[in-house]
Amino acid sequence: MSETKPTGKVTGINGNMVSVVFSQRVIQNEVAYVLTGDNERLKSELIRVRGHEADLQVFENTSGVKVGDPVEFSGELLSVELGPGLLTQVYDGLQNPLPELAKQAGYFLKRGLYVYPLDRERKWEFTPSAEVGQILSAGHSLGSVPEGIFKHQIMLPFAWNGEWKLTWIAEAGEYNIDKVVAKASQGGQEREVRMVQTWPVKIPISAYLEKLLPAEPLVTQTRLIDTFFPVAKGGTFCTPGPFGAGKTVLQHSLSQRSEVDIVIVAACGERAGEVVEILREFPHLDDPRTGRKLIDRTIIICNTSSMPVAAREASIYTSVTLAEYYRQMGLHVLLLADSTSRWAQALREVSGRLEEIPGEEAFPAYLESLVAGFYERAGLVRLPDGSQGSITICGAVSPAGGNFEEPVTQSTLKVVGSFLALSRDRANARRYPAIHPLESWSKYKSIVPEEQLRKARKMLREGDEVNQMMKVVGEEGTPISDFVVYLKSEFIDAVYLQQNTFDEVDSSCDAERQRLVFGKLLTVLEKNFSFNDKDEARSYFQRLRQNFIDWNYAPWQSDEFIKCEKRIDQALQKAQG
Amino acid sequence: MRKIYHRIIQISGNVITIEADNVANGELAEVRSERGISLAQVIRLQGKRVSLQVFAGSRGIATDSEVRFLGRPMRLSGSEALLGRIFTGNGSPRDNGAALSDNMIDIGGPSVNPANRIIPRNMIRTGLPMIDVFNTLVESQKLPIFSVAGEPYNELLARIAMQAEVDIIVLGGMGLKYDDYLFFRNTLDAHGALSRAVMFVHTASDPIVECLLVPDLALAAAEYFATEHNKRVLVLLSDMTNFCDSLKEIAITMEQIPSNRGYPGDLYSQLAARYEKAVDFENAGSITILAVTTMPGDDVTHPVPDNTGYITEGQFYLVNGRIEPFGSLSRLKQQVNDSTRADHRSVMDTMIRLYAEFKETLEKQSMGFRMSEWDRKLLKYGALFETRMMDLSVNIPLEEALDLGWKTLAECFEPEDTGVNTQTLQEFWPKK
Repeated sequence: MSETKPTGKVTGINGNMVSVVFSQRVIQNEVAYVLTGDNERLKSELIRVRGHEADLQVFENTSGVKVGDPVEFSGELLSVELGPGLLTQVYDGLQNPLPELAKQAGYFLKRGLYVYPLDRERKWEFTPSAEVGQILSAGHSLGSVPEGIFKHQIMLPFAWNGEWKLTWIAEAGEYNIDKVVAKASQGGQEREVRMVQTWPVKIPISAYLEKLLPAEPLVTQTRLIDTFFPVAKGGTFCTPGPFGAGKTVLQHSLSQRSEVDIVIVAACGERAGEVVEILREFPHLDDPRTGRKLIDRTIIICNTSSMPVAAREASIYTSVTLAEYYRQMGLHVLLLADSTSRWAQALREVSGRLEEIPGEEAFPAYLESLVAGFYERAGLVRLPDGSQGSITICGAVSPAGGNFEEPVTQSTLKVVGSFLALSRDRANARRYPAIHPLESWSKYKSIVPEEQLRKARKMLREGDEVNQMMKVVGEEGTPISDFVVYLKSEFIDAVYLQQNTFDEVDSSCDAERQRLVFGKLLTVLEKNFSFNDKDEARSYFQRLRQNFIDWNYAPWQSDEFIKCEKRIDQALQKAQG
Repeated sequence: MRKIYHRIIQISGNVITIEADNVANGELAEVRSERGISLAQVIRLQGKRVSLQVFAGSRGIATDSEVRFLGRPMRLSGSEALLGRIFTGNGSPRDNGAALSDNMIDIGGPSVNPANRIIPRNMIRTGLPMIDVFNTLVESQKLPIFSVAGEPYNELLARIAMQAEVDIIVLGGMGLKYDDYLFFRNTLDAHGALSRAVMFVHTASDPIVECLLVPDLALAAAEYFATEHNKRVLVLLSDMTNFCDSLKEIAITMEQIPSNRGYPGDLYSQLAARYEKAVDFENAGSITILAVTTMPGDDVTHPVPDNTGYITEGQFYLVNGRIEPFGSLSRLKQQVNDSTRADHRSVMDTMIRLYAEFKETLEKQSMGFRMSEWDRKLLKYGALFETRMMDLSVNIPLEEALDLGWKTLAECFEPEDTGVNTQTLQEFWPKK
């Protein structure tokens, strides 16, 4: 403990908010520690200064803290460590590795226990790529180490402004992360580069040349998303829905099957059980794209609902900062934040304790700008070496009462490029994924041609209108042509929109398969059937549905697959045109 | 000797404020007034000002009543002597037994490290097809029964508890009617389960603040048995809406800014801190939580059921004495229903989907539309489904219920009407 660090004394405690008097200078958002009588150091963040009193949000339970307890200010903003070894880790919102905490503290989390995020001992095989004398700026690669299948770039620290001249670089060899691997100078000042660097989480890393327009689709292997409401690499999308509509299952499916390099799962204020599934299953699940295990491309940030609420607020920033770090290496990152509503609630709790004037539903008035600031950290960027990297953000939203009019959903909709509305009605009818095909929208480009998609959308809309009409005039009052439109729209739903996440084959439908099945689906939609009566029409479509579902469950290009396709073709030929 | 304080400077609701030094956040104190001695807990510190919530309520407290700090937070005796005992909401005996003082453990302890959890894997059999087939209950699940006043939710809770294979039952009663308290006690007694049960009961006539402690006491006892004795513990909490209303009352007294219908902004975190104690440990026991959440005005978007639904792993809707298939959900069923029987998931999905179609047909029928052949099939099916599956008096094992499901489907439909894939149909569709 350095003796020059400013200190203070606790003057008040209200929940996780502690007021402190201080005498020296303090910095907004710096980290401070409250020292309790039991020699615990409770990490906190300074969030307000008034006169000689500062308010700290404590990242721990504050019971047992007394007025007069000493407080130590660190002078540093809340930061994360960036370096090789982040992948496969499971962190809490403040980047403490949870398995390591479990080793030290047992079943329960222990307050005041903090552990280094990265392994200090582990050696990494460093290969230099820059040369002495080269002029570099922040984010430029100096060399790399292998991390799983990736070439983890060791970069000039992002915090170094301006141009630096490389004066020394380590030879190829095995080093741990604290070893100096390069030195660089600027105006006579020389600094050392290690494989690990720190970065304050609330400030975006922007060591790239420019942001680009997201254009390339991010294939999630979910038909309803990729075909109807696509997402682009570097884009943003949200999945609001009431509880029980399948947000979690959808997020799991995205984390397993999305075609990206790295997935960061931020479990923010949600159930611990959901994280456990990822924790326990990903080390055993194969990643078909790389032949490795899924966990090798995954980082989990886990600040579940019963963990301290201030750390929940931090966890969102921690996860997006890690995503930015890997984007700087030219990788495509998908960040799944579940749920941004819990993050917003954490902001609300803090704001309430600060006694700020509340906005709508007691959320702070600055909610919108914080939500926008978060999603704006996504994007496709061009890096100094010409390569591209991206962060795609998917935010789950849990609107109170399932009502999309509430502030978090509304401020999210303003800033995302794709809106996947989960519907309770669809979930009740077991139509999964329960993304509503008429309410959702996307501004990105689909994997199928736009004009084909328009036809399918039109059929869905008309089918819905007929269905509404039938509720009023009854089936007998509906002309058979309208009735067939309705059957066709139900057919799209049953064989294309609905997808079984728990079936090995049906759950993963890549772009090529989607295009083929969608083409076949269009043939059905465009065909003019003539049926004698409605019962005949219904039973025809029921049989066709059966054939299509069997087709969906058949492995790609297997004998069964080809057989099913033939059966569908025959059924289509037989029908009277 | 601890200092005694005599000057109370503010009494507001059930919260009193005094000026004192060296007091810790969350510490307990004894407040002695003419009405007797009550425990109180520190909930806010501002310089010298200390605010305490008084468990027995502030009625009768004088400005010169004595306040003595105990130098410790709320605790519970962690010992096997808890079994067979009944306590009040402040942890003192409600039966005639002695107060316990062995191995005092803190209540409301920290959260379980997620890295120490394991994926739930054991089904809890209840004999109710609506649960076993359609929304399987799983060991370590947290699941509330959403209901309204007048529904037999406590009976359902007790029935599941009696049939479930667990080692220990912990009951946390919040705002229970005295009759309901007696009902639980007698049911446990009649099944010989009292000796493996612990009860913490706050009745409707007890001081409101004591209601706040009940879940923490019950869950601390459950954690003790699960971690120290490797027991499978089932915790019953009824009714969590009363707990939330107590939170609201204290929050308003403390002049916190309310977020929604007067409830405090941290309602979600408060509920989660309790429900998340449900856990399956790697090398120890487990905690399963079954709760009751009554929905004021049968409104599921009310803040209490709404926040609860986002926390718990599903919910059972109890409507008109039946568990409704729509809205009821067990999020953990996928963990176990792939290893029960190969047709479990097909039966589950198909029967519910067809029942949803039946409901639509019912609507059409009530509007006087002509019924097609398909509609008539659905009507027949719906009626059978309700009597064979939904009725709470049905008590059959899962396997029997699945067979009954296929039988029902075959009585009403042709195989291709069902949308089940051909392979499953070939294996399970009843042969004529």
